[in-house]
Amino acid sequence: MNAQGPRSSTGTAPADPGPADGVPDRPVPPLSEAAATRAATARRQRNRRRVVVLTGRVLVLVVFVGLWQLLSSTGTIDTFYFGEPSGVWTQLWAWTAHGTSQGPLWDQVWVTLQETLLGFGIGVTLGVVCGIVLGRLSLLSDVFAPYIKTLNSIPRIVLGSVFAIWFGLGIDSKVALAVVLVFFGVFFNAFQGAREVDRNLIANARILGASNAKVTLHVVIPSALSWITTSLHIAFGFAITGAIVGELLGAQQGLGLLISQAQANFDPDGVYAGLVITAAFALIAEGLITLLERRLLRWRPRPRSSGAGS
Amino acid sequence: MLRDINFSVAPGEFTAVVGPTGCGKSTTLSMICGTDQPDSGEVLIGGRPVDGIGDQVGFVFQADAVFPWKTVIGNIATGPRFRGMPRKEALAEAADWVRRVGLAGFERYHPHQLSGGMRKRVALAQTMINRPRVLLMDEPFAGLDVQTRQIMSDELLSLWELTRPSVVFITHDLEEAISLADRVVVMTAGPATVKQEFRIDLPRPRNTREIRHTPEFVKLHERIWEALRDEVQVAYRRSVTAA
Repeated sequence: MNAQGPRSSTGTAPADPGPADGVPDRPVPPLSEAAATRAATARRQRNRRRVVVLTGRVLVLVVFVGLWQLLSSTGTIDTFYFGEPSGVWTQLWAWTAHGTSQGPLWDQVWVTLQETLLGFGIGVTLGVVCGIVLGRLSLLSDVFAPYIKTLNSIPRIVLGSVFAIWFGLGIDSKVALAVVLVFFGVFFNAFQGAREVDRNLIANARILGASNAKVTLHVVIPSALSWITTSLHIAFGFAITGAIVGELLGAQQGLGLLISQAQANFDPDGVYAGLVITAAFALIAEGLITLLERRLLRWRPRPRSSGAGS
Repeated sequence: MLRDINFSVAPGEFTAVVGPTGCGKSTTLSMICGTDQPDSGEVLIGGRPVDGIGDQVGFVFQADAVFPWKTVIGNIATGPRFRGMPRKEALAEAADWVRRVGLAGFERYHPHQLSGGMRKRVALAQTMINRPRVLLMDEPFAGLDVQTRQIMSDELLSLWELTRPSVVFITHDLEEAISLADRVVVMTAGPATVKQEFRIDLPRPRNTREIRHTPEFVKLHERIWEALRDEVQVAYRRSVTAA
């Protein structure tokens, strides 16, 4: 697992002429008619593109689900193995209306959500703190480097069984697994981010009178932030994985348990229904993280929208 | 790299240092600043040896070194904030400097929204607000286009008149050096030493563009170029054979 770079480079921009120089003012020149039409055309084109993208997305979903339903209703694929969309829908409806075998659906979702959020929160906090501290103190990072590499290279998912023994079948063992999975991704990015700070910025802060602590607070952390927020997207996926896998390994409640029970009953629709719910909250979380990223990195030039991720 | 660098700058004097590329001008600056230590010899500011980064120096970098995540006013207020001034006072003082460098109305902008020249103004205000006794500038206007450079030179002179720090200004551009400085120091191609110093007795306040057409300026330019040319050629030949 390597550090993912920030989405757009944030270093010092090379000689960028930017707006006109000289006496600075904020000119809002009145648009000529031709320019206004041009702007309107550009806006229309952008809108049209958005509509096309959205339609395309819906179409992909409809085709996929439709084909699946068609193939399973005509018996081309075996519903015993592959389930069918209508079955998944019936299962979801049954869970919502009548509850699951372990109690109301909402309770299961809430347990898994709690595990995910706790694991994510603790993992991210630990990762950021350790990453920044080790990134700033090269002596410490030299001492810990071999251990961190070793811990990172073992398949951490195996720790799930260990945690189940240590912490029992409650939510603690799932939170622990999520923390371990989240930690490394965030840690490596925070560490790299703290290392890659522009030397000039640090020198400037020092000459302006900053102590070591203030350099960290005012220069290193804001600079590493774009690295850290990039890692959050992946980290949330790891947090869900940790929670669900923890539940698969042994639990009393949660979506993972629902999935594993459905699997034990040869009920593919139940497995897919569990996955649909998981995917729904992963999507919501992704949206929230993107909002947070925009809020934290308002100082950065907006990247050209590429469609993906929006 | 460096050998026998020996020159002094009087309080309030504007000194420009010119020399061929890679002759160690920047290293000299970082020694005055305290980020580097000389292997032998010492640097004195106000009679006291430099030991680490002091609070009397200001430094304007060649590259952009303003903090991209801070607004214009936030950037300018950093010096006083780092030195323990309460937030409100620091911001009030920063607001004065925003006006002095002609950025009123841009307080809440982030650096990426500004042009190169405007970012340089932020950098100047950020440094000058600390009222350094020694102002070090390492080719500060190198990245700017010619017109902006001229405007910035005039701005720099008027800011300098406000607090009158001693200035060491490094540049490649001999015209820029003469139009700004009280004294021009010519360095030799490495190992760098001071080759010759020239006093610039042009009247102040100066208009850095118009002064270039005066006969005194032209005469000084010729004399100093005489000294500089040999060094530039040595450095050039060296870079060609190295390549």
